[in-house]
Amino acid sequence: MAASQFTLSKEDWSLHRKGYQDQERHREKVKQAIKENLADLISDEGIIMSDGRQIVRIPIRSLEEYRFRYNFNKSKQAGTGKGDSQVGDVIASDGPPQPGQGQGAGNLPGVDYVEAEVALEDIEAELFSELTLPNLKPKSPDDVVTRDIDFRDVRKTGLASNIDKKRTLLESLRRSQRESAHQDGLNWRIRPDDLRYKTWEDVEEPDSQAVVLAMMDTSGSMGLFEKYCARTFFFWMTRFLRTKYETVQIRYIAHHTEAREVSEEHFFTRGESGGTICSSAYEYALTLIEKEYPPQRYNIYPIHFSDGDNLTSDNERCVRLVEKMCEQSQMFGYAEVNQYGRGSTLMNAFGKINHPYFRTVVIREKAGIYQALKAFFSVRDDASRPA
Amino acid sequence: MNDAELKELERSIERIMEIADGFGLDYFPMRYEVCPSDVIYTFGAYGMPTRFNHWSFGKAFHRLKLEYDFGLSRIYELVINSNPSYAFLLDGNTLLQNKTVCAHVLGHSDFFKNNSAFAQTSRDMVERMAANAERVRRYELEYGRQRVEQVLDAGIALQQHVDASRHADAVRRERMRRLREDKRQRARSRTGPYDDLWRLGEESGGSGTESQAKHGVDQAGADAYARRSTQRMLVPERDLMLFLIDYSRVLEEWERDILSLLREEMLYFWPQLETKIMNEGWATYWHLRIMREMDLTDAEAVDFAQMHAGVVLPSRTTINPYQLGLAIWEDIEKRWNDPTEEERERFGREPSQGRDKMFEVRETETDVSFLRNYLTKDLIEDLDLYLYQKVGNEWKVVETDWEKVRDHLCASRVNGGIPAIWVEDGDYNNNGELYLKHGYEGVELDLKHVEKTLPYVHRLWGRGCHLETVVDDRAVLFSYDGRRVQRKFL
Repeated sequence: MAASQFTLSKEDWSLHRKGYQDQERHREKVKQAIKENLADLISDEGIIMSDGRQIVRIPIRSLEEYRFRYNFNKSKQAGTGKGDSQVGDVIASDGPPQPGQGQGAGNLPGVDYVEAEVALEDIEAELFSELTLPNLKPKSPDDVVTRDIDFRDVRKTGLASNIDKKRTLLESLRRSQRESAHQDGLNWRIRPDDLRYKTWEDVEEPDSQAVVLAMMDTSGSMGLFEKYCARTFFFWMTRFLRTKYETVQIRYIAHHTEAREVSEEHFFTRGESGGTICSSAYEYALTLIEKEYPPQRYNIYPIHFSDGDNLTSDNERCVRLVEKMCEQSQMFGYAEVNQYGRGSTLMNAFGKINHPYFRTVVIREKAGIYQALKAFFSVRDDASRPA
Repeated sequence: MNDAELKELERSIERIMEIADGFGLDYFPMRYEVCPSDVIYTFGAYGMPTRFNHWSFGKAFHRLKLEYDFGLSRIYELVINSNPSYAFLLDGNTLLQNKTVCAHVLGHSDFFKNNSAFAQTSRDMVERMAANAERVRRYELEYGRQRVEQVLDAGIALQQHVDASRHADAVRRERMRRLREDKRQRARSRTGPYDDLWRLGEESGGSGTESQAKHGVDQAGADAYARRSTQRMLVPERDLMLFLIDYSRVLEEWERDILSLLREEMLYFWPQLETKIMNEGWATYWHLRIMREMDLTDAEAVDFAQMHAGVVLPSRTTINPYQLGLAIWEDIEKRWNDPTEEERERFGREPSQGRDKMFEVRETETDVSFLRNYLTKDLIEDLDLYLYQKVGNEWKVVETDWEKVRDHLCASRVNGGIPAIWVEDGDYNNNGELYLKHGYEGVELDLKHVEKTLPYVHRLWGRGCHLETVVDDRAVLFSYDGRRVQRKFL
């Protein structure tokens, strides 16, 4: 009787790929979401605040499954103690697993609630694929360096150690098949004629030396938001350059009324105060160029972040210096962090500059950081450089 | 599991069923399938082997599988509420584990078959979901994967807002009647293309908004229409999904169909949300009783004890439904088998009624009433249940009083633990906007999620959407107009 009430079977499930298919779709969505949310992702506080080293994963908000649900952080929840629990006992010090909303009968008490997260590398890969150093030119043509060798050719002659086994076998098979068509029986062997060798070429890359002069206003008028934007920008810029261009040098210049060169760590962590004279930084940069980075040998990219709150009498001098610097560099970027969108006098003054290599950006909100990166590190149809 | 083990498992299942029959369990015919882990985890993520494709299932699958691969957690089995009942056993389980699982799922199957909350669920859902999946697939081919996915995204975000009570059917019938009536009236009133010109200034009852908008009927007429139409929409309505299906003006037929199938599947799963603690406790109670009757070797007995202990392991941060359910069931048995003097006198309770009482409870209760009626002071103190809350950066025990703990547990199971959202008005501002109201009962909504979910409502409703809820004891209205979410205090 009982025997008829059930069946027990074990089937071949190897073709059941449904879970993997939808997992793949989810991965696609993650990639797409990164692309669409780059502006927000790269201005995430978590990244910059953590020294830029430790964090590996960042939540990506658009991929959470949103629904009307209770706020677990503001409500009480029930738990089971080991006996004799008292009011005031500490259970956990941060984020206990929030009860999942799983349906179906699983043997899974208390499912961890996981936010959709992506690795920092994924974001970088997406971001950096869009960026490039503009107007990069091979300077000093005699300095050609050979960096690598690349096997990209197959020939009939070559070094015995570089024999291409697969192609040799294929050749031999092909030939013996052809011959056996008018002979009886397959007589297969490798003849000298079948041998194929892999051959390399030297890859020569022009050593396009480049230097980025990162200038930041550290005066008292640069508030939290302004500094945050500037540092976030330089943070990504540094990572981008280090990832994509091995030989690029970065020099950090901090200024208020005076400019001085600082270490990378100092640049990213310290704040200062005082008034603002932007020309001091430009002057310093020009001296640096003159002393260490002759434009004939270097691609030079000065980039300046400020809130635009410059000493008015200094503006004219700034314009003159910037014009001079444009002549010597591949691109001059000026970014103004200006939360309230009021026109600054410095930006007005810069409006007069009409040089193809001069680029300006106004950052009003965090998402603007991404726009700034795109604006500075992209190839534009710049008019050819005046001789 | 190799063939020899399968043979032995088969013999054991016969024995298990004999024992279960002896206890009076009344289950569906069983279809046991032994599956590899990735298949079990697929089913676990989708809730059903034949369900439609969606990336959120893929995400859940990935997570479950990862946890299994790292040895963090494990699904032993999966059982489907259907006739016959399908039970999927994990290939990697030991023979003894699978025996226990077979006994466990008999408890579930008995519960599915006999608990009144499940009476309305369709028992051929495996096939129906396969048909649904096929329809989704066809829509993907016809309208493109992206469009179908957008509707699914929006639908899945709202799918929990259905009304599983029997009352819902009556409402639905009345609504259909009215919709048909309106349609008839519209057809009647539009005999010629210019007829409505003659009725300018009159109260134009029942004719469609479109024609009104086109022909610019005066304000009074439009207002009257709006008043009538709101009444006619039968609000308040708890079944947001149904409301959207019936009244949304922007959905195409296939989109409505997708919402309908999501709603159908949700209604099928609903009783499982409402009886989690009872159902798991019941199955655990019975696998324990059945395995005690089996002839186990010493080694098997130890393995079983270890597995069972793992299943009922209490957690400091959540309620383990297996543990709590089992404790309540055993307590019911004890108290009706061996009533106290007081219970005999006051309630006239005869001894040795334990099993009968249990079978009665499994038929008539859901989690809310189960906890309310049978979670006693003694039990809460024995189990050491408490409430905890986030205080600063720490999670601290804030309540151990048994009544408060019980009341909180009951409240958290109301509506399956899902916030109740009511449709209050389908023609808000006389502009066809949707006005939703959260039935606030002391627990606030996750506001970030509110702001991100409203756009989904908008996607399906096509006009402005509003949600009223309570934040810090003040009523707040969230509004989404298609561009941004705004909130204002009422």
